[in-house]
Amino acid sequence: MNVDEVKLEWIKGIGPNSTIALSSRIRLARNLRDYPFPSVAKKRDLEGVVQRIKDVLAQDPYFKPFTLIMLSDLNDLEREALVEKHMISPDHAKSGNKREGALLLENEGVLSMMINEEDHLRIQCFLGGLQLSEAWRIIDRFDSILEKHIDYAFDEEFGYLTACPTNVGTGMRASVMLHLPGLVLSKKIGRVIEEVSKIGLTVRGIYGEGSEAMGNLFQLSNQITLGLSEEEIIDKLEKIALRVIEEEELTRKHLFKTKGIELEDSLWRAYGILKNARLISSKEAMELLSKVRMGVDIGLLPSIDKYKFNELLIKIRPAHLQLSVGRELSPEERDKIRADLIRESLN
Amino acid sequence: MKVMLCQNCKLKEATVSITRFIGGKKEELHLCKDCAEELLGGGDFLNFDFSLPDLLGTLLKQASLPRWEEIKHPTVKCPKCGLSYEGFQEIGKLGCSECYKTFRSKLTPLIKRIHGNMKHSGKVPHRAGEELNRLREIEKLRRELEEAIRKEEYEKAAELRDKIRELEGRRV
Repeated sequence: MNVDEVKLEWIKGIGPNSTIALSSRIRLARNLRDYPFPSVAKKRDLEGVVQRIKDVLAQDPYFKPFTLIMLSDLNDLEREALVEKHMISPDHAKSGNKREGALLLENEGVLSMMINEEDHLRIQCFLGGLQLSEAWRIIDRFDSILEKHIDYAFDEEFGYLTACPTNVGTGMRASVMLHLPGLVLSKKIGRVIEEVSKIGLTVRGIYGEGSEAMGNLFQLSNQITLGLSEEEIIDKLEKIALRVIEEEELTRKHLFKTKGIELEDSLWRAYGILKNARLISSKEAMELLSKVRMGVDIGLLPSIDKYKFNELLIKIRPAHLQLSVGRELSPEERDKIRADLIRESLN
Repeated sequence: MKVMLCQNCKLKEATVSITRFIGGKKEELHLCKDCAEELLGGGDFLNFDFSLPDLLGTLLKQASLPRWEEIKHPTVKCPKCGLSYEGFQEIGKLGCSECYKTFRSKLTPLIKRIHGNMKHSGKVPHRAGEELNRLREIEKLRRELEEAIRKEEYEKAAELRDKIRELEGRRV
């Protein structure tokens, strides 16, 4: 299995509102009723969980286009690359190889499932654009078919039981990845974050630490998982996402009117640097790619396919760079290969 | 003769007695074999002969006996996975599905603080949630029945009533 080439459907940039909403993701936390949760489970319990899943995969033809990977069969770099693809969590990459961690991958890169992470199963559906309802339809089907074969840990009052009580109920986290350079530039993002948190949703930066959002990429997601149905959570999230997208579009127009030549200059400069740099850090690349993407969105810069931007977001990250050349690289070497890769992609 | 019950589990007959002195105060413990093994760690303690190394080992073990208070108020542990509530507070994660039953009274206010609303109203798995699915279906049909009666659609109402009766008869 070549991790470097694991596909991701959302990268294609297809789907409604995919200019600003890069991707829609739904994750379901599920546990097997008869096994202790991974944090306290013994090795043989964890092996039992993997074996149960293997049995189901062999039994049901629905799972034909899926591949099961044991994390212990991968090296550090490959596991890290899966983190960069958002297929597994950093925790899963760190301890999954010792704790019977596994990943189930579907060929087209729409569905995947972490096994033996915080919960026994973390199912994920990843689509381009704002398509939470469609993602729910797909993941709901997967979940229902899986459930025909195994008994989930479920409680009438608390819903799906999870290792951490913050996830009980639907066990669902739905999120939209949004590119919001306009709201950051106009400093409106703080208010958006504040407003959204009042209605049970959260906005946080995707890359970078704490409040810093590298590349102006934010994740809008639900915080509450108990008491509302999946459809209600998704409906609310989708409505708010549309509002934020609308606000971003309006702000971009306004910025252009008020900052005209200044903004134009800054976007063209970003374009110039990306097309000519010989060394570039990940942080600078993310910043400039965000500007160029906005420039293309508003028709200022020559057209570039969204696919390229989405792909670069992942390919310029350290583990992917190192996998692409097949060896470990020093940070300086990475900056050079990253610059080469971006030049190649944009020229 | 009255049987003395184990002071730990209060279920089985106490067959092991331990006397120890802590700070000049005498403490006596009467435990059943199972609790003694669990609390004192290891069956060898119960079968010791009086060879010197064994005796020393026993004395060392006695020094690390649980405090009397701990035995009087044993920590509640999940019967399935062995996690205590204190253990949960430490790692922030529950050990198994049974933990939600064991610690229900403590978890309920916690979950309410996190989520506000307390009752699951989302998807229900077919296998584990058969009963809940049935109750929800009955509830839905009852609402439809009221609606049908209100609209004076008696034929439909009769059909709905039959369906409800059928579902109610199928108690799991």
